[in-house]
Amino acid sequence: MRYGAWVRRLAAAAIGAVLAAAPIAAQAPAAADVAFMKGMIHHHAQAVEMVALMQGRTDTPALRSLGERIDVSQRDEIGMMRQWLLEHGQEAPDPLPHIGMDMGDHAMPMMPGMLTAAQMAELKAAKGAEFDRLFLTGMIQHHQGALTMVEELFATSGAAQNTAIFRFASDVDADQRAEIARMRALLRQVPPR
Amino acid sequence: MPPMVPRRAVRATVVSVFALLLAGRAGAQGASTTDARAGLKAGWKDAASAIWNLRLVSTTWKPDAMLDAKNLGNFGFLNSDLAFAGKYVFQGNFNGYQIWDASDVANLKLKTLYPCPGGQGDMSTWGNLLFMSVEETRGRVDCAPGGVKDTVSAERFRGIRIFDISDVAHPKVITQVQTCRGSHTHTLVPDPKDKGAIYVYVQGTSVVRSPNELAGCSGNSPEADANSSRFRIEIIRVPLAHPAEAKVVNAPRIFADSAGHIAGLWKGGKHGEGTQETSVTDQCHDITVYPALGLAAGACSGNGIILDITDPANPKRIAEAMDPNFAYWHSANFSNDGSKVLFTDEWGGGAAPRCRASDKLTWGADAIFTLDGRALRHVGYYKLPVAQGNSENCVAHNGAIIPVPGRDIMAQAWYQGGISVFDFTDPAKPREIAYFDRGPISADTLHLGGSWSAYWHNGHIWSSEIARGLDVLELTPGRELSANEIAAAALVKFDVNNPQTQMRNVWPAHPAVARAYLDQLERDAGLGAARIAAIRSAIDGAEQASGAARRTAYQALAKSLAGDVSGASDTTRVKALTDVITQLAAQR
Repeated sequence: MRYGAWVRRLAAAAIGAVLAAAPIAAQAPAAADVAFMKGMIHHHAQAVEMVALMQGRTDTPALRSLGERIDVSQRDEIGMMRQWLLEHGQEAPDPLPHIGMDMGDHAMPMMPGMLTAAQMAELKAAKGAEFDRLFLTGMIQHHQGALTMVEELFATSGAAQNTAIFRFASDVDADQRAEIARMRALLRQVPPR
Repeated sequence: MPPMVPRRAVRATVVSVFALLLAGRAGAQGASTTDARAGLKAGWKDAASAIWNLRLVSTTWKPDAMLDAKNLGNFGFLNSDLAFAGKYVFQGNFNGYQIWDASDVANLKLKTLYPCPGGQGDMSTWGNLLFMSVEETRGRVDCAPGGVKDTVSAERFRGIRIFDISDVAHPKVITQVQTCRGSHTHTLVPDPKDKGAIYVYVQGTSVVRSPNELAGCSGNSPEADANSSRFRIEIIRVPLAHPAEAKVVNAPRIFADSAGHIAGLWKGGKHGEGTQETSVTDQCHDITVYPALGLAAGACSGNGIILDITDPANPKRIAEAMDPNFAYWHSANFSNDGSKVLFTDEWGGGAAPRCRASDKLTWGADAIFTLDGRALRHVGYYKLPVAQGNSENCVAHNGAIIPVPGRDIMAQAWYQGGISVFDFTDPAKPREIAYFDRGPISADTLHLGGSWSAYWHNGHIWSSEIARGLDVLELTPGRELSANEIAAAALVKFDVNNPQTQMRNVWPAHPAVARAYLDQLERDAGLGAARIAAIRSAIDGAEQASGAARRTAYQALAKSLAGDVSGASDTTRVKALTDVITQLAAQR
């Protein structure tokens, strides 16, 4: 334990307590941070793809409103993740332009919670209440996968020491938990099969 | 048809009829794109700005140690929340904190710069103590940079750091109280029955650490573990005579229902396909306490809640609300009389541009409720009324009441949307009355910046600018707010101000208060114009006199005002005016 040693040194070095110290270097990201961002881009892209399926398949206002919010949120976050990766000299996946194109089962890496090609096909084929039910169960599964990704990130030695990553992962966790709770409430309103 | 709402919420104390009606119409977007704030030139120190009914008194730029000059929006160096005591302003930063000597509001001086990374660095102060929130896993016991690589480490610190600032230039660590999720924000709660202690409510919102790092912590769901560190806040008791003995004394289950389910507000459960759900919304982001009322308003992820805090160590939930338009309940403010509560929705966590013309005015906004006993009723929304660009992070954020007597007015930060001052006296029709906004840091790339918090304190609005520094502003008189109203607001002074510990504004007997009411009566035609003119001249006459003559003049005016109450269309204000004149008449 080095309890307080650095603080005492600081205090000793302080002249009028205004430190002339150079700025503390920004924390460099870990490989797990980069992998988290790249993976989450694909994860988010599938949510956008699912929302795009709403057109012509459901008119439930609360669901359309939920979809609009998910679409805006996840598109913005994809942009933010891409910016962060580029700023850190990394390759930034850009899946949004390909949404809606048939890329087979292997085009998009499968991150935790992502719907399989079969699940997506089932969603595409559904309409009305059946679509609402599949959309909500699918999106809850999808969001729970994001919580798993966050959990795995925080369980990795050296990860999330960069504030942007820590904060984004914490926000994803908090936001998607709240959204899961709202989706469960909506699911209770969908007529049973 | 309005959107569906969970039945549980309908059974709860909230009556969200207005919320539903508004939500049903929420397709209409409408932030102005022609306002002077739209499309301001980008820049860091040289961004263009727009201002209305405010004057920028000073801007103090960030010291180099709190800045990454190569990446102005670097999350590791964000300025965060503010606290005030005497001539000092305490400004948190994700990289430590700054103490400003604000003796001269036009020329702040950096008294102390204390590097200590760990975010968010929210500050509070009480006596000679300074409190700091630390939430990130990079936070270290020794305040050093470099983070903590291991997932379990004795070097990590997440929780509340407590400093002795009896020598403001040389803060000393007294103790550091570790908590399971760290401290995203915290709130000081005085105990009316025990002046010897102060409580700290700790709101943790991120990852729960391992029990191997801090004994007793559990990230499990409440269904799996009755000792889950989720679904609670932590309460630290600080004995003021021995602050080094500060420790967690309670972790109340403020989301529990009457049957004892820890996650009572949004229980998990079975539905469909035999799946067992675990509960998910498990945290409070921020709690504003109002000790004079014995109440707290908690902005808690999927809900707004009201707590009875008459026993600060054992808060009890007495009301809750949900809102289909809210993504993430973030913070709260009471009106001065406690009859209204304003909650903010930090949709997107503050890092996203959520004030674009395409973003709904009911999303990422303030929701205004009336509070009557245990009944929270949603009556209106307020959102920054002007569209911001794609490179401006913008959503509802921290603010505080401006103590204008007779009106509910608040100054609020909207990140790169700037500062908006609005009137919510009529909670169904809040409207903007002043603003200050800069252009984005960059025209094409979103660099995190803007106002983290905008608080009225002793006559000025103080705005913690995330990427730039600290702005001080003052209100300027106009149609929306008169010189008398501004003068009356400036009469309310507090030596210590921690904005999440809301204090009751009480106005002294002063002619500015009476004149402020008269200006309001003129504005809302609450009393006849000729009568208003006569009362004004009677006050002027009384003020020109002194001693017994002044008292006599005020006594005569008070007596005549008693006759105005019944005939006035705004009897509340006429009564308030009469009270002030009566107090002035009794003054020596």
